[in-house]
Amino acid sequence: MEKLINDFSVGLFFWQTLLFLVLLFVLRKVAWKPILKAVNDREQSISDSLAAAEQARQEMDNLKAENEKIMQEARIERDAMIKEAREIREKMIEEAKGKASTEADKMIESAREQINNEKLAAITELKNQVATLSIEIAEKVLGEELKSNEKQDALVGSMLEDVKLN
Amino acid sequence: MLSLAWLGTSPVFATTESNHGHEGEEDMSSQIKEDIQHHLQDAYTFHLFTDKESGTHVGFPLPVVLIDNGLHVFSSSKFHHGEDMVEKGGKKYFIYHNKIYGAEETIYLGEKKTRMVENEEGEEEEEEYVDTVQTMPVDEFFHTYAQGHGADLPEGLFVTNKKPLDFSITKNVFSIFFISILLLLMFGAAAKSYKKGLAPTGWAKFLEPIILFVRDEIAIPNIGEKDYKRFMSYLLTIFFFIWIVNLFGLTPLGINVTGNIAVTFALAFMTFLITQFSGRKEYWKHIFWMPGVPWPMKIILAPIELLGVFIKPFALLIRLYANITAGHVVLMSIIGMMFVFQNWIGSSLSFGLAFALAMLELLVAALQAYIFTMLTALYFGSAVAEHDDH
Repeated sequence: MEKLINDFSVGLFFWQTLLFLVLLFVLRKVAWKPILKAVNDREQSISDSLAAAEQARQEMDNLKAENEKIMQEARIERDAMIKEAREIREKMIEEAKGKASTEADKMIESAREQINNEKLAAITELKNQVATLSIEIAEKVLGEELKSNEKQDALVGSMLEDVKLN
Repeated sequence: MLSLAWLGTSPVFATTESNHGHEGEEDMSSQIKEDIQHHLQDAYTFHLFTDKESGTHVGFPLPVVLIDNGLHVFSSSKFHHGEDMVEKGGKKYFIYHNKIYGAEETIYLGEKKTRMVENEEGEEEEEEYVDTVQTMPVDEFFHTYAQGHGADLPEGLFVTNKKPLDFSITKNVFSIFFISILLLLMFGAAAKSYKKGLAPTGWAKFLEPIILFVRDEIAIPNIGEKDYKRFMSYLLTIFFFIWIVNLFGLTPLGINVTGNIAVTFALAFMTFLITQFSGRKEYWKHIFWMPGVPWPMKIILAPIELLGVFIKPFALLIRLYANITAGHVVLMSIIGMMFVFQNWIGSSLSFGLAFALAMLELLVAALQAYIFTMLTALYFGSAVAEHDDH
């Protein structure tokens, strides 16, 4: 202890304190403050960038989710549309089919009617022609038959006979 | 010739003052012992080595600044390596045991004695006093004891003349100044590189991790996120100063700055002052009225805590001083052994040991800087702590 106190040099203590304080203040001004500031700024900017990146990622995720949702909706809508279209198509086909068949029925009916009419007309005409022909034939036959009086009498007689029978 | 060979290996033989022509192991051992002693002490010249055969000293003188009835400034070369006295202001100054002494005419040699005296309460008690037992003309004293290697003073005797106030730019002061300039250049350059961009370049790339280490591993854990910024300049300066000074102590320049009690005292004293002046209410409360213990304990704890306030920085200064001094002594002794053995087995073993020790000292240099800074931060932390941590 005594040796330590003996070794203690006031001059060295004075110079050490003075030089150290000068060093402290100069270093503080020229080195520590700018260095620590630069380091802090950098750390700040790094953490800011990281936060921004994280935020961007979050936003992207959100966007993705939203896209997914929109896609899903679109898909559902598409399915619905397809289904609807199919239904409409089927309905239209059904309707068309129905229409066509009724139309066909109608046409067949009208054709049948027409045919019937034609047939009737043809029959009537045939009947008329037959009648005319018959009359003509009858006229010719009668003309031929009834050239003599006797024959006329005979015919009238037979006819009267028929009437009586009725 | 020997000294020449040692240059480049070690900080040994910082100051050798005489031309001994003797040979032999006894002489070598005492020579080494003396050289170690010289190395541990401060010096008035920046001495590099001595060529003993021609008796030339290589180094450069430093200014001597004395305050003794006025200011005396002169070059230490006037002492001619301790061979001459310097007359200034009617006084003769000379170097004795690496310190400057001065006297007009007479040197008073004293001895420590004890005597019984009555104190204020009328009780007898022992008191130490210095009894002047011998006087000697200054020239005679110088030629007998101080010049060259001189003779040792008889056991127990010492010079009682008032020493002049010595503010000389000694070897240590010069080293501190030189290292301060170096630190300024280093960190100034590093700071400049940040102006170009936020990413460190050049020097800063190497220094920045260490600065961040001091901030993240020393300052923030011990002081706290809130308060650490105020103390950063001090912590960084003290860390790098101690570290670089310790490293220079391992160069062959023979610098031994942190192995001086005045240097470590100055550093610890600043830590002490900053701690006390930044002490908050909580800090003083913990010293004088410890919370959370019963009141009789508070009374017992107060003086212990108060003592602790002074013991803490004292431990700080002794730890650094003792570690560096011990490191230098051991390293120099082992290097000295190389020359004592003077055979290739012993010398090469000593060399290996010295090499391993030098590596260890490199670690100690950084470790002591770390411990000093760490404990300083711890004391600051306790001073600014706001809530109860117990």
